Amino acid sequence: MKSITIEKRGKLRDFIARRKPIIEDWKHTLYLWKSTKLAMIGTVIIVIFILIAIFAPIIVPYDPISSNMSARLQPPSWDHLFGTDQFGRDIFSRVIVGSRIELWIIFLVSLISGGLGTFLGVVAGYFGKFVDEIIMRITDMFLAFPSLVLAMAFAAALGPSLTNTIIAISVVGWTVFARLARAEAMKIKKQPYIEAIRAVGAGNSRIMFLHVLPMCLSPVLVQLTLRMGTIILTAAGLGFLGLGVRPPLPEWGSMVSDGRSYLVAQWWISTFPGIAIAFVVLGFNFLGDGIRDIMDPRLRR
Amino acid sequence: MRGDLLDVRELKVVFYTYRGIIKALNGVELWMNHEERLGLIGETGCGKSVTSLSIMGLIEQPGEIISGDVYFEGKSMQKMSMEELHDMRGKKISMIFQEPVSALNPVMRIGFQVAESISRAKDIKIKEAYPEVLKMLELVGLDSKRTASLYPHELSGGMAQRAMIAMALSSNPKLLIADEPTSALDVTIQAQIMELLDELVREMGNAVILITHDMGVAAEFCDKIAVMYAGNVVERASTVDIFEEPLHPYTKGLLKAVPKIGQSKELVGITGTVPDLVNPPTGCRFHPRCPYAMNKCSQKMPPLIEAKPGHHVACYLYTQEGEHNAN
Repeated sequence: MKSITIEKRGKLRDFIARRKPIIEDWKHTLYLWKSTKLAMIGTVIIVIFILIAIFAPIIVPYDPISSNMSARLQPPSWDHLFGTDQFGRDIFSRVIVGSRIELWIIFLVSLISGGLGTFLGVVAGYFGKFVDEIIMRITDMFLAFPSLVLAMAFAAALGPSLTNTIIAISVVGWTVFARLARAEAMKIKKQPYIEAIRAVGAGNSRIMFLHVLPMCLSPVLVQLTLRMGTIILTAAGLGFLGLGVRPPLPEWGSMVSDGRSYLVAQWWISTFPGIAIAFVVLGFNFLGDGIRDIMDPRLRR
Repeated sequence: MRGDLLDVRELKVVFYTYRGIIKALNGVELWMNHEERLGLIGETGCGKSVTSLSIMGLIEQPGEIISGDVYFEGKSMQKMSMEELHDMRGKKISMIFQEPVSALNPVMRIGFQVAESISRAKDIKIKEAYPEVLKMLELVGLDSKRTASLYPHELSGGMAQRAMIAMALSSNPKLLIADEPTSALDVTIQAQIMELLDELVREMGNAVILITHDMGVAAEFCDKIAVMYAGNVVERASTVDIFEEPLHPYTKGLLKAVPKIGQSKELVGITGTVPDLVNPPTGCRFHPRCPYAMNKCSQKMPPLIEAKPGHHVACYLYTQEGEHNAN
């Protein structure tokens, strides 16, 4: 019995000892993180944003959706921190609940556009020749349009709703990841171990998804964090133009749009959701820049 | 049929590049029997590796087999379907590569990579292959449990090559192609690896093609030797014959350039340089460097003929036509 526990402890020690370089590496990363001010600011903003999104139902003082005509257009006060809009809804509550919608959009868009882009990019890069030619010319077509205009066109064609906003932004965003993954796949498929695994008899799909795809992920992931700010901005833009989330749902862009006609006398309706957008986008951009700097091998030395 | 395991006939392979068409193989003739060990010798760039890739059916764009065929156990590989080819790789033919560390996926544990090849060779799930993995790693002389959980960068070159051998032999292939398996290793490890390979292959009864430019290694390990020059097999004979009485001028030159212990004479190199395969010399590709070159040599490539029993050579010095021309 005793010997078993000793053996187990030995295994644990071995486990830790073997991972020591990795732990050291993480410590170094953490140190760089702390010493990069912008990354820290970005991290703090994003952490607060995510916490707010998670605890939104507990934080909100009022129902963000049902209207209360007796309390309409009230300026910011201790009762209504950010004031109320033209239907008497508490803007503070709406901004808080809106964070959930934004987070959901970011999550799904990253997943769909990142996944689709990486998949197509790896396929293009791995097979090369005309498969590559076809896929890359399609991405070129997508890249030829300004992304917001293209997203608007898709959103308008599909009709405004949360799902369609997500689809529209994803369809516009995948091209970047396709190009990245393609470049990486082209580099990796020439490695000797790919030739070796082919000589052992592995098929195309196995090589592509088990051996090439995982190696393409790290640049894609970095790019994803860099693009999250843009995703919110596009979603808000669509919402502002009335092509995004349907009105009762408190999406920040459409809230800014709601307050447009009251902007002179009741400035708070548009201002607070606008500030929220600005902060979160800024946070993601700081974080993305920070990650890029930290990943930079020259800085790591 | 000349060889009951493998028969390469008149194989011509070209590579299309911006510089022009590289005529990499110019009618290679190669054959071997079951359990035979063939050494493929030649300078860098003479087509040894291309030959081995053709045998695996792995010639890809921008390369192309323009004529000739490879028969494996009597079946034409040109006529095989993709599935048949795919099935053959890893199960009937395996390969060991020159740089073992870079021939292993850097982000996967050795155990998983060996398991992957075993699972393919035996059509079992990867998880079920693990007992076999330990057995194979044990067989190649590695501390099986420890090694299985390591990553390629944690292995030395010799250990990595052992792991590669474990992967390649896990399916007990009919033919093992070893593409310069020891040139990236230092000399003591070389000897160990060749000994291990010798032992395992003897036990399991695989045929081996050993690609090398180390004459010593080839002499120790192989039964038969084929000498390649600029995309042709110029001489093929038993190891003893090649070293005792080489026929082709190139082989003779090659052997003169190998240092021998106790020899005080200066080494003699072959004059001239390896030809550019985009514009290879006409006729016999060796004729510009050959001390015995005749008119005939620059006109037509000499065929590979049996000059003595079991000793094939492609040179006009040993054909009727050649002798006639020389007079």
